Amino acid sequence: MKSLKKSMDGKPSGLGKIAMFVRNSRQMLKSIGLGAAIFAGLVIYAYGFQVTKVNLQETKSERRQTQLVRILRALAKPDLLTYQYKEFEVNAPIMVPCPPEGYTSPAVDTSQPYMLITPPCAAPGDMVVVEGFHFQPNQSGPLSFIPPSGVKLNLGTIQTDEDGRFRLEVKLPKREANEVNYIRGVTRQRVGMPQLSQTARDTWDKIVETVFLALLATTIGTLIAIPLSFFAAQNLMKDITSPLTSVALNILALPLGFYLGGKLAAWVAALMRPALQMPLVMLAGIGVGVAVMVGGIRWALPQQEESVKPSLFVLVLRGAAIAAALLAGIFSLFLLSSLAMVVGDKLAKALGAFGFLGLFIADLGEILNMALVALVSLAGAGVFAAYAGQLGNRIARQTTPLLAKPLSVLLSALAGAVLLVLTLQAIDWFYQIGDPRITLWAPAVIGGAAGLLLAFLCRPNQELPVGMVIYFIARTIFNALRSIESLVMVIVFAVWVGIGPFAGVLALSLHTIAALAKLYSEQVESILPGPVEAVKATGANRLQTIVYAVIPQIIPPYISFTMYRWDINVRMSTIIGFAGGGGIGFLLQQNINLLNYRAASAQMLAIAIVVASMDYLSAKMRERTI
Amino acid sequence: MLEVRELTKIYEGGVLALDRVSFEVPKGQFLAVIGLSGSGKSTLLRCINRLVDPTSGKIIWDGYDITAASQDEMRHVRRKIGMVFQHFNLVARSSVLTNVLAGRLGYVNPFWSLINRFSRADVEKALGELERVGIRDKAMVRADELSGGQQQRVGIARAMMQEPQMILADEPVASLDPVLAHSIMQYLEQVNKEGVTVLCSLHFLDLVHRYANRVIALNQGKLVFDGLPTEIDDEKFKEIYGREAERVG
Repeated sequence: MKSLKKSMDGKPSGLGKIAMFVRNSRQMLKSIGLGAAIFAGLVIYAYGFQVTKVNLQETKSERRQTQLVRILRALAKPDLLTYQYKEFEVNAPIMVPCPPEGYTSPAVDTSQPYMLITPPCAAPGDMVVVEGFHFQPNQSGPLSFIPPSGVKLNLGTIQTDEDGRFRLEVKLPKREANEVNYIRGVTRQRVGMPQLSQTARDTWDKIVETVFLALLATTIGTLIAIPLSFFAAQNLMKDITSPLTSVALNILALPLGFYLGGKLAAWVAALMRPALQMPLVMLAGIGVGVAVMVGGIRWALPQQEESVKPSLFVLVLRGAAIAAALLAGIFSLFLLSSLAMVVGDKLAKALGAFGFLGLFIADLGEILNMALVALVSLAGAGVFAAYAGQLGNRIARQTTPLLAKPLSVLLSALAGAVLLVLTLQAIDWFYQIGDPRITLWAPAVIGGAAGLLLAFLCRPNQELPVGMVIYFIARTIFNALRSIESLVMVIVFAVWVGIGPFAGVLALSLHTIAALAKLYSEQVESILPGPVEAVKATGANRLQTIVYAVIPQIIPPYISFTMYRWDINVRMSTIIGFAGGGGIGFLLQQNINLLNYRAASAQMLAIAIVVASMDYLSAKMRERTI
Repeated sequence: MLEVRELTKIYEGGVLALDRVSFEVPKGQFLAVIGLSGSGKSTLLRCINRLVDPTSGKIIWDGYDITAASQDEMRHVRRKIGMVFQHFNLVARSSVLTNVLAGRLGYVNPFWSLINRFSRADVEKALGELERVGIRDKAMVRADELSGGQQQRVGIARAMMQEPQMILADEPVASLDPVLAHSIMQYLEQVNKEGVTVLCSLHFLDLVHRYANRVIALNQGKLVFDGLPTEIDDEKFKEIYGREAERVG
């Protein structure tokens, strides 16, 4: 300590010298390090300049600069307004070449606009002076040479002064004729009010298309993202556990239920076919179906749980009633979708200008029809999985270990085999391996073995963290989908549904689903745990807890994120046309490629206005919901 | 009769929250649970309705082993156990009535409750419970527009909707001023007189003296006292709260 003090005083002792040396060398090392870091930075940026081809010569080149000026000036004048013009035409005679006897032009009426040519006759290729008087002041227009054949040969452009005069020296074309030629000066004058140009009208059409493209994509994306977001919320999923037997039965039941659901939907569709031409029958069918559904559910699901357990007979009867109600529901939905298609088509014809409303109803019907098959399949999978899960739980908990263990081993091996075979079949679809040894037998054996191993490792009633597995799978899928830009996705969709706004809607929807599901799930994770705990403590089951404690808390952030996403989608939809997704981007790209910069400028202006106003609107609306 | 036997809870990360706690609560008793913050009071109450799963030990209620119940069976156990929380834990954006009706969720058919349909009888009952705590006129107000005392009354009404045989109150008055604290405790006392067992964790000894039939005390997860409120003298107090503690109130 003393020596250190001394060294500070500038009179270093032995120990002080060492301390100073250490300090100095440390400082030196620091300096060297800093120098190396700066050098490394320089190298990195130098390489950056190299790979991005920074070319300063090009920016100074005169040709480039004139081009730039031309484009900037064109961009500054968006092609929005046009005027109607009235043309004033003045002709003056001239002989080419001079006839032998000479030529004097006839006297002109000097009260009207007129032109004088000096000399009145000349040899082909000679220069003559054209003067104009009493023209419209401050106008410009073409000056042409009209030979007896009547074709127009351009001589130049006239520009009148404030007195309506001009003077232009022009070179005559190399044409000879025995008759009188004319030189024609034309000026144009704006008449009437300015009108929207064709470009402005096209831009309006496309910007409307763009906004609605964004609206549709956001709506579809939101509807699908909301249910999916719960699967990616850790706080909801981590409590979901189930024993191995139950998981295995679930894996076995899901594809079976999905398949049978699809079959059921197809069967219902086939059954409905004869009724499709009779709207009244369909309407009656819907009425009966809904009545059966509501009645069945009301009868089979009493509002309060009974204190006495109902008898087996009643339970079976109720199960049948619920099944009938579900079936009636499917029938009614099918009829409704078909009815919408028929009625929509008729309306489209009858409504004339508002035919798009009819087409919309027909489209809704068709969407419902397409979605129903998927929905019924999913519902089938859900019902099967639910019953399988309950059965599995019962086996795991209520049977003796002597029975539960072999059952869990058997089911787990079977489930492992099925899971891996299905996965490999999906891979086979992409890569067309076509070798059953790889796509069928090997995965069956490996999956079965993995299932066996797992079953031996787990106790039969051990709770496995199924929820977390689903959580990780959901997260991974969302992250993967989110990292593919919708500009890339649209390429695939454009192949499927053709270039146009529909492809853009689909691509943006898919991206919206992934992005919103992620954002939503983070909101679910940040809700207050207290109310969830309180509702759970009342004996509410998982779905009830979500409906009563989770959903009320997430409504404001969900609305706010949906707005935010709409905002993003409007931006995206303005450029998704570049990749074939329709909307204003398509027009913009065309005009840029045609070097039609004034039109492109009009579209850029429209994009700026729409994006800025969306920005403002969504901010205002988000303020309101919080 | 509630029997807690050798109850132990070790949280992930190795925190020992409850250390072989055993006691019994006869039906209809008003049991106060005291101890420092972090002594395991909340964990103990949450183990009883399995909001927290105990690591070992048993909880037996009227002969039924709560610790062995499956998730489905817990629904039937929980609906008979009302719970009241320090921070009320109401759903802020829902109406007071919806918050109270949530107390019926363990009874009603899940399907109907998912589309927010409750029977007329349940709605009448909910309004009745609100009447009892004196805020029937607030039924349609959003829960977060109420004052703290009013919110806790909604919390009690929600618990009472369960027609509970036992109420777990986790520091129900810790966020309220002394006057409100007494009014809330009086509701719990009234419920207790109707035959409902009450387990209530408390911070203030005067509240313990005034309302409880019996006290248990926890210190670092261990049961350090079990007896009548009047038995807590200065020596016992120091044992429960530590040597440096001083009595307030």
